[in-house]
Amino acid sequence: MEFFTTSLLNGISYGLLLFMLSSGLTLIFSMMGVLNFAHASFYMLGAYFAYTTTLFVGFWPSLLVAPLLTGAVGALFERWCLRRVHRFGHVAELLITFGLSFVILELVQLTWGRSAVDYRVPAALDGPLFTLYGTQFPIYRAFMMGIALLMLVSVWLLLSRTRIGLVIQGALTHPEMVEALGHNVPRVFMGVFGGGAALAGLAGVIGGNAYVTEPTMAGAVGPIIFVVVVVGGMGSLAGAFVASLLIGLVQTFAVALDQSALGALQSAGVAVTPETFGYPLLKLKISQVAPILPYLLLVLMLIFRPKGLMGTREG
Amino acid sequence: MDAMKKPFGLPFFTLTAAAVLSLHAGLAHAQAGETVKIAWIDPLSGPFASLGANQLKSFQFMAERVSGKKNPAGVTFEVVGFDNKASPQESLNVLKAAIDQGFRYVTQGNGSGAAAAIIDAVAKHNERNPGKEIVFLNHSAVDPDLTNSKCNYWHFRFDADTSMKMEAMTTYIKDQPSIKKVYLINQNYAHGQQVSKFAKETLARKRPDVQIVGDDLTPLGQVKDFSPYVAKIKQSGADTVITGNWSQDLTLLIKAAKDAGLDVNFYTYYAAVIGTPTAIGAAGEGKVKMIAYSHHNIPGDIAVVGEEFNKKFKEDFFTTDIYNIFTMLPAAMAKAKSTDPVKVAAAMEGLTVKGFNGDITMRASDHQMQQGLYLSTWRKVDAKNKYNVEGTGYTFVPDKFYEPYVSSTPTSCQMKRPGA
Repeated sequence: MEFFTTSLLNGISYGLLLFMLSSGLTLIFSMMGVLNFAHASFYMLGAYFAYTTTLFVGFWPSLLVAPLLTGAVGALFERWCLRRVHRFGHVAELLITFGLSFVILELVQLTWGRSAVDYRVPAALDGPLFTLYGTQFPIYRAFMMGIALLMLVSVWLLLSRTRIGLVIQGALTHPEMVEALGHNVPRVFMGVFGGGAALAGLAGVIGGNAYVTEPTMAGAVGPIIFVVVVVGGMGSLAGAFVASLLIGLVQTFAVALDQSALGALQSAGVAVTPETFGYPLLKLKISQVAPILPYLLLVLMLIFRPKGLMGTREG
Repeated sequence: MDAMKKPFGLPFFTLTAAAVLSLHAGLAHAQAGETVKIAWIDPLSGPFASLGANQLKSFQFMAERVSGKKNPAGVTFEVVGFDNKASPQESLNVLKAAIDQGFRYVTQGNGSGAAAAIIDAVAKHNERNPGKEIVFLNHSAVDPDLTNSKCNYWHFRFDADTSMKMEAMTTYIKDQPSIKKVYLINQNYAHGQQVSKFAKETLARKRPDVQIVGDDLTPLGQVKDFSPYVAKIKQSGADTVITGNWSQDLTLLIKAAKDAGLDVNFYTYYAAVIGTPTAIGAAGEGKVKMIAYSHHNIPGDIAVVGEEFNKKFKEDFFTTDIYNIFTMLPAAMAKAKSTDPVKVAAAMEGLTVKGFNGDITMRASDHQMQQGLYLSTWRKVDAKNKYNVEGTGYTFVPDKFYEPYVSSTPTSCQMKRPGA
């Protein structure tokens, strides 16, 4: 019971972090149809911006400033680069964001160096929130969960309950009509891309000090957020939320399982020795493969349900 | 000695004079004044770029420091960096380039896979190109196989291998009766698997009462959130964790443990590698222990090197066996009275010099450096241990020094010597 509760909490909080990372990506994809390969780079940029601004204004203002800066970078990129290649179709858009990810990586290394920076959790949020069966639950994790939920609710409200949201959704399907009504559609797209980048930046502000702020951080989260978006369903915010939690829980609980195919065979009375064909594969424990389960899920999902859990958009 | 074999060749007077002269002018040998170029083959791009860049600077800093009259051979050292992108294949490409450019000494260390590839390529090259032999100075690749089943005459390892560090670590653990349950968590590749294997073997021998309550292997660099593993460690009731993890796999583990309030000690291999101390910070205070040939507060010349290096580059000098390389190599050249790799390799066999960590000997049977190891703990800087690691306010404080014989492990190497 003790282990189950701790793991459940860990799984949910990890899932919420994944959601925080992928919400901006899924937002941009659902609204603009652009699969932003540089999304994880904006996450990294947010962390580095937060590290620098924290030195000057402290953590709390950084929580606002760093995402705004990241959003501005995103908006400028959309205005001057993405918009120009838009007419060449999705492949060109994909490639330019792919290129951007390398540019950001190099710029970050030139500016802040190649090794980790000392970006710390603020003292007010450092320490345990409560202790459950002798295991502490850190305040910062709860803070991360809170921000992720806040992000979910506010993005959803913005898109479905406000005028801006209506214009954004309209601009997606009927750009000419929205333009005829007097709205500046390109600027709407710029805003969406900037907003998506800002969400990634916010995740960076929070993830950067919870984990480690270093140039490899973008590469480390890049693959997993694509899994979330694909499993959840391309462009579905709710889908991304469900997929994040699912992946968080699966991965967390799989770590606890030390069973292997070898053990199963042996208990079934089959003699397995190190000479048996495929022995190295058979002796793999579930806990050992836990971190790659999400990718397995990705492959299975694409085979059996290509549109994802809650996908609406055609691939 | 050659002169002595010709009994009537030289008048007695001349012979004595020559002997006296050569004694007094130790620098007057043929090799003095020569330039020895060392090709450094390690990553300068990719995830390990910061580590590689620091080590290249360390090499060049030490080369400059000992060059000329400051080393017994009186030679000038020059180190040129070649980026192998951490890949064995790319290592071979740049090794070829280095050989074409006339380098006769190569050094590498990050990754035993790349090291094995270089050993193999150097051996083949030396066999096919007599008179153009290359010597490989391995500064950090610690796979025990490199001095056992894959051992080669042209390869010299200055680091202590995985099994040696485990010997010293478990000797320390043997004297800690409070350790009862050990959890092993390692990266799922050659190095991590070996740490796990040697930990189990040596603990069973030295502390059979200690229980191994967990043995996890995680994919290299894939785990973002270590809290599930921390929950598992807690569940197992472990009081000690042994891990060969490095970089983010180490820092994220320690951070997650601190967040969960897990009260265990971490016995690590690589807590001092660039960036790791910054990331560990306060989370590891008193809990992170390291087994290595070095720590940051060794007095003497190495402390001066550390300070000068830090002043010049604002980084730590942590791959300190580079200091030992630049002690042993010139000593061997002075002994061989030559910079010819063939003669220097022969001179290095069994050679003992004074390293920063005591007397160090290059064991002739397998070319594995026999050296003292330190077990140290991550603690706040104090008056006695004042080196501020990466500006964190923390440092590695030595608990125990182990003489070379403690960590010495037997070798199965059947070395094939040239001409034999």
